Amino acid sequence: MSQAASTATAAAGQSLVEVRDLRTWFELRQWGFMRLGSVKAVDGVSFALQRGESVAFVGESGCGKSSLARTLLGLHQPTEGDVVFEGQSMARLGRRAMRDYRARVGYVQQDPFGALPPFLDVRRILAEPLKVHGIGRSERERRIRAVLEEVRLSPADDYLRKFPHMLSGGQQQRVVIARALILEPSLLIADEPVSMLDASVRVEILNLLRGIQQRRELTLAFITHDLSTVRHFADRIFVMYAGRIVETAAVQELLDHPQHPYTQALLAALADPDPDNALDLREVPGGEAPSLLNPPPGCRFHPRCPKHMPGVCDIEDPPDFEPRPGHLSACLLHR
Amino acid sequence: MGRLSSALAELRNYPSAIIGLGIIAFLVGLAVYTVVVIPYDDALDKWRGGDQWRLYPVNASPVWSDRLLGGQAPETKVVSSRDAEIEREAFEGGERLSIPLRVDFQAGDFPSEMTVFFDADGHEREPFARLVWRTPDGREMPLGGSRISRQDRMSISQDRALEQRLGLVPHIGLLATPDSEPGDARVQTGEYELTLDVIVFEENADFEAELVLYGRVHGLAGTDHQRRDLMVALMWGTPVALAFGLLAAVGTTITTLIIAATGVWFGGWVDATIQRLTEVNMILPLLPILVMVGTLYSTSIWLMLGVVVALGIFSAGIKMYRAMLLPIRQAPYIEAARAYGAGNTRIILRYMIPRILPVLIPTFVTLIPTFVFLEASLAVLGLGDPVLPTWGKVLNDAQSESALYSQYYYWVLSPAFLLMLTGLGFAMLGFALDRIFNPRLRTL
Ligand SMILES: Nc1ncnc2c1ncn2[C@@H]1O[C@H](COP(=O)(O)OP(=O)(O)OP(=O)(O)O)[C@@H](O)[C@H]1O
Ligand code: SF4
Ligand SMILES: [Mg+2]
Repeated sequence: MSQAASTATAAAGQSLVEVRDLRTWFELRQWGFMRLGSVKAVDGVSFALQRGESVAFVGESGCGKSSLARTLLGLHQPTEGDVVFEGQSMARLGRRAMRDYRARVGYVQQDPFGALPPFLDVRRILAEPLKVHGIGRSERERRIRAVLEEVRLSPADDYLRKFPHMLSGGQQQRVVIARALILEPSLLIADEPVSMLDASVRVEILNLLRGIQQRRELTLAFITHDLSTVRHFADRIFVMYAGRIVETAAVQELLDHPQHPYTQALLAALADPDPDNALDLREVPGGEAPSLLNPPPGCRFHPRCPKHMPGVCDIEDPPDFEPRPGHLSACLLHR
Repeated sequence: MGRLSSALAELRNYPSAIIGLGIIAFLVGLAVYTVVVIPYDDALDKWRGGDQWRLYPVNASPVWSDRLLGGQAPETKVVSSRDAEIEREAFEGGERLSIPLRVDFQAGDFPSEMTVFFDADGHEREPFARLVWRTPDGREMPLGGSRISRQDRMSISQDRALEQRLGLVPHIGLLATPDSEPGDARVQTGEYELTLDVIVFEENADFEAELVLYGRVHGLAGTDHQRRDLMVALMWGTPVALAFGLLAAVGTTITTLIIAATGVWFGGWVDATIQRLTEVNMILPLLPILVMVGTLYSTSIWLMLGVVVALGIFSAGIKMYRAMLLPIRQAPYIEAARAYGAGNTRIILRYMIPRILPVLIPTFVTLIPTFVFLEASLAVLGLGDPVLPTWGKVLNDAQSESALYSQYYYWVLSPAFLLMLTGLGFAMLGFALDRIFNPRLRTL
């Protein structure tokens, strides 16, 4: 067993969530019955999140970030592996325990308008989760007002009767955040929470999330495409590629000393003077994104890797190495 | 529902919606008024027909239609002995009464029928009455005499002997000018008198008589072949039609919606089963099944409603709703609801269905009259409710009595008008609602 793996096991004691060799595959069928294979959106992911930390997941489009988030939320059944949350294995949760679990994990989506039912006003939107969890009327009212204050929609009375279409994008996202917080979760998962917002409010919303995370001491896991802001809002970064985590480290460490060739390519693109490239990681690095149906053998990055070692990288699946203290990278160059 | 109320406020900008709403309000008002004024049991009792209608003419047109065409057809006139100055003359073992029944007849047309009703209660020996008719110009015509049993009637119109004598049907001949010929009889206006010479063989026993000159026009709606005032059916048809249309529309829409949403939400075999059931149901013809149920089992309107709703559950609407619900199933807000723990029932009823409800309102409004027409069609086919007075039943009677052939146009036109008015009202409102809601389809 590598050193990295033992570090992860040692930390598991205090961690809030521990993900073990998680796989989420989507079966692809033709005409409803002919199996074409599986899209391996999450394919062997392990990590642990500590209480009160903020982590960012980055990676190009289609690498499985949202699928990982949904699996953590219990929206997808994991094909293999397990998620251990507060010491409890998710695979073994019964119906009721699953509902309690859902209260412990909040979800902030990408498209704030789509995330809010258009036919309910803010009060009813925020009351819904509380009703589902059987919380009484007066307590509901109290919590709705408190959480609206917390996301800076105040005075609350100005917003309670508004419908989503009457709010700006930023305000809508605040309502989404309020809804995610209202059940007092210990883990908040935000899937590209600002990518659909106006540039002017992005930092505001990220600051809000960061503030709430620090005040409530909750664990925040957010997915982003924007490496330029990540250093201000995350403690750690996970870099994903083709359904796997290829590199993990503290923010500063990772940005200053990227170890994995994929991360290096990402950061090189960020330094690109062309601002169009800087903000959009979807296009880099060059070459086609890997097929998740038939991922490349060996290192999944090898068809695009500038440092690719023929005869090694296309055969051997790289395990996690720890080239620098607390810095994990899955590349055979570190051997 | 802020969006809904703003949409309703927008209705004010559509004249067709205002007219439609006006018509619907009128129909609803009429329905409520009817139910209050003629309670359900009364309506059924009246529609059963029989002796309660004996003072009403057969197949009389509405008064207004005659007057509009410049006619002066008579309305029914009833003269009772109670208002007459009776001369009494006692004799050994009885009494002789002379009862003058006077009628001031000023109409431009002859009555449709003439009958005298007698009420001679408590006589041991039956009284004897002789009738004499006096015209305004002083002619006297004896109408014969007969023994009067307890509840008797003398149908003067059907007196064949009198008809022979007059050369004209009695109710025409008796009121015609002296020079009248068959085919060209003119009314002689003025005061007529029917004198009853009655011999009763007891003292203090009742004897009453009523002369009825049946009119050719009656009330607002006219009467049918059973002398029933059509107003009863036209009025009562309103609540029945509205209730049937509304319940059938609500029943089918709601059940279909819930089933479509359930199929879409669960997907897989649930969806497949619903789809196949719908396809089978779509080729089942509704009307023949209703006819079969009506013929073999019962034509109760509530049973028909049940069958309509039951067959409507897996109707073609499911396909449409399914297409509308499929994208909603993927909506992020539904995913969010799952993430905070909402169950299947909540997602289907609270998050999926309300989303498409506004779009369905116009369809729903226009659906109501189709069920009203369905109910009327069943009645016209002879499968109307056996006891309830409805528009369709009136049409059915009219058809079986060949009303159009006999030129009783009112009999067909008034229920048809009310049916069309219902269709028009809901359609106008529905189309306006469609114009209001459908531009929003894009933003939905
Ligand atoms: N429910 C599903 N059924 C089948 N395939 C799916 C499903 N959800 C995601 N996928 C596939 O899994 C892969 C990963 O998708 P995912 O949404 O996790 O990527 P992502 O990293 O979030 O991308 P993006 O940055 O564009 O949001 C994609 O190829 C996608 O087509
Ligand atoms: S393992 Fe080989 S192909 Fe993969 S990232 Fe390292 S150098 Fe590149
Ligand atoms: Mg995504």
